[in-house]
Amino acid sequence: MLRYTLLRVLGAIPTLLLVIVLAFLMVHAAPGGPFDDERALPADVEANIRGAYHLDEPLPKQFIRYLSGLVQGDLGPSYRYRDYTVSELIGQSFPLSLQLGVLAMALAIAVGVSAGTVAALRQDSYLDRIVMAFSMTGISIPVFVFAPVLVLLFAVKLQWLPAGWSSTSGSSRLLLPVITLALPQIAYIARLTRASMIDVLGRDFIRTARAQGLGTMTIVRLHALKPAMLPVLSYMGPAIAAILTGSVVVEEIFGIPGLGQFFVRGALNRDYTLVLGIVVFYATLIVFLNLVVDVLYSALDPRVRYQ
Amino acid sequence: MKTIGPLFLLALLSALTLYSCSNDPVDTGSVLQRGLPTDPESLDLHKARSTQALEVLRDIGEGLVAYSPGGELQPAAAERWEISDDGLNYTFYLRPDARWSNGDAVTAEHFVFALRRLVTPATAAFYANMLSDVVNAPEIVTGDEPPEAMGVAAVDDLTLVLRLVRPTPYLLSLLTHPSTFPLHPGTIAESGDGFAKPGNLLSNGAYVLDAWVPGSVIALRRNENYWDNANTAIDGVNYHVVVQDAAELNRYRADELHITSTVPPDNFAELKTQFGAELHIAPYLGLYYYGFNLAKPPFKDNRALRKALSMAIDREQLATKIVGRGEAPAFSWVPPGVDSYKPTVFGFESLKPEERENLARRLYKEAGYNEQKPLRFELRYNTSDTNKKIAVAVQSMWRNVLGAEATLINEEFQVLLSNMREAEVTQAFRSSWMGDYNDAHTFLSVLQAGSAANMPRYANDEYESLMRRAASQVDPERRRLFLEEAERVMLADHPVIPLYFYVSKHLVKPQVSGWGDNVLDYHYSQHLSLSATE
Repeated sequence: MLRYTLLRVLGAIPTLLLVIVLAFLMVHAAPGGPFDDERALPADVEANIRGAYHLDEPLPKQFIRYLSGLVQGDLGPSYRYRDYTVSELIGQSFPLSLQLGVLAMALAIAVGVSAGTVAALRQDSYLDRIVMAFSMTGISIPVFVFAPVLVLLFAVKLQWLPAGWSSTSGSSRLLLPVITLALPQIAYIARLTRASMIDVLGRDFIRTARAQGLGTMTIVRLHALKPAMLPVLSYMGPAIAAILTGSVVVEEIFGIPGLGQFFVRGALNRDYTLVLGIVVFYATLIVFLNLVVDVLYSALDPRVRYQ
Repeated sequence: MKTIGPLFLLALLSALTLYSCSNDPVDTGSVLQRGLPTDPESLDLHKARSTQALEVLRDIGEGLVAYSPGGELQPAAAERWEISDDGLNYTFYLRPDARWSNGDAVTAEHFVFALRRLVTPATAAFYANMLSDVVNAPEIVTGDEPPEAMGVAAVDDLTLVLRLVRPTPYLLSLLTHPSTFPLHPGTIAESGDGFAKPGNLLSNGAYVLDAWVPGSVIALRRNENYWDNANTAIDGVNYHVVVQDAAELNRYRADELHITSTVPPDNFAELKTQFGAELHIAPYLGLYYYGFNLAKPPFKDNRALRKALSMAIDREQLATKIVGRGEAPAFSWVPPGVDSYKPTVFGFESLKPEERENLARRLYKEAGYNEQKPLRFELRYNTSDTNKKIAVAVQSMWRNVLGAEATLINEEFQVLLSNMREAEVTQAFRSSWMGDYNDAHTFLSVLQAGSAANMPRYANDEYESLMRRAASQVDPERRRLFLEEAERVMLADHPVIPLYFYVSKHLVKPQVSGWGDNVLDYHYSQHLSLSATE
């Protein structure tokens, strides 16, 4: 078991290395540099700045410098946020993005599954039509349209909630971003649940349960929900991806200092170290999570272990 | 069911906690809420670069001189100064009561330390060349002289002397720039590179840095030790980083901001009626222009062609109809409103549209182009709605008046900058210039040979000679004449097409008083006050 885990950890290293090399080459291949501006710098000043950040060295040397820092857990200084290191920025922003994502996912599952189930039970009723119409709208309206509308309504007109993240320190600032982020997922999950629930409710074992005299709620709770959830569960992967990418837009609109915003700004500003740092961070996270799943699998099922 | 149960519970709990915590009051008491379009690069005086960073730094630090709300120079850390007759020696007398936020006195030695640090190559300061007229400053930047050789000295604790190589009438204006503010040597020795972080950064200005969450907010609070603390009305300032102008407008509407950094370009007329006197539009020292690549055909050595393209543009229409937020059409390189300067304007400014267009057509033919052989070239601009609207309008003016065909290429900003620098594929490009100080020199020096910002690669010996002669004048009147003549010579060469002069655009809540519009768009928070009623 230990040998298997070690092998898998060693196997992850080339993957990460490949990601780092590709990301490093890509950010440096993009035209322009981190200190370019309309207000161009005098040559001597620019030389001093490039020297201070070792940007005057040949690319392979820069790469080795980066890699040796990385091995020691140092992601380097940010070029755009010159008072901060990349590790500090990720450390500050990731918990926020994570919080936002987890809450949005939880909300999407809770509301989506409930709405879908209700719609399935009242198939072709007005309630069903309303839920389906709502979910169709949720799928079609893009986040960058929906978010400002929510802000206009709840922050500007009614003034119940803050329009921007930094205007309050209370958790009310989470509400609008989480709803915005969750909405398309609620819609998808509701439709998936409805379709799958209708299918399950028509099966023989449900008829048997009814014949035994069980009430609808009991049947749904004990017998129908679990099989009906299978398509929803397999949708979780794409949903998490959608929430991750959607958070970039939501973070920008609400001014949330999350990882997505730093990633996009970093790319636009050619903040090489920040972009690389976030890529490395995400890659490590994904590789690590896969590793955990694989190790768990192997613990449960010895057949998947490497020979 | 086992897998779903906990999730339901989690969702329910999170929804409940969120709801119970809603409706937190937004702290508006005596705290000013200002919008900021991006984070500062740094709050280290010498690593800061953007106008946003400088804006925050003007609240935290104080230079020898500062601007009044109306844009007049006034004493700040120095209570008075003397200038020698030859204009080469400046003696500043510091306020004896000036203090750092930890209570230490602000001394002349602190200015010497900071100015030397500014030019030291290892500092890698963006504005290292800010004081290039001070003795030995450029040589220190290039590493040819040690920092100690700089022409700055502390005669005693309260007397600072600056020695210049040439009279620089705008020197006082430069000293309002945060890169020339003092630093507390003790904190830098103690905290090293992290000295500009909250908790470490000392302030000699009206406010102290309290907190900075990158991407979100910079919080400042009153500096109790500031010499003029008694006259500082507002207790704290929050600079909220809001990248999108539409989001900023919403936060202003939701009463979360007192002052916005800008207003969105769309629906300007509507904003005007909606906000009335809250909307502040004022001339700004900034120019929006198109430049030619003078190093390559078709614009190399073809003055008539450049002039024809410049004349074919109806700037009035561009400024009022296309941009339309109070911008002034640009017929000169230096904006109006610059101290003691009268910009030279293009001769065709006064022509009627038909006359101007006929003249443009004649020049176009002279340059060797006509309907059978139209000019085809590429115009590059960085991706933005406003830039696109302007480019499309100008493209159609060129087509209608001259028959010239411009292909519009929009590029990401960094790509455009890189193409402009290389001057290989670039034929014509969009750019802009914002004045660093209130003097014509900040604009005219851009097009001098050797200037890094000289993107058109303009070079003219007469221009250089006039600029040099202006630089050596002690008499401000003579200097002004040389500069004006230099601008006239440059404009006649048409290396650039000035299109319009920027305006500053802010929304300011009625409870904010003390706001003054000025051409540099400087608004020190210490000059403002908040009335209690909303």
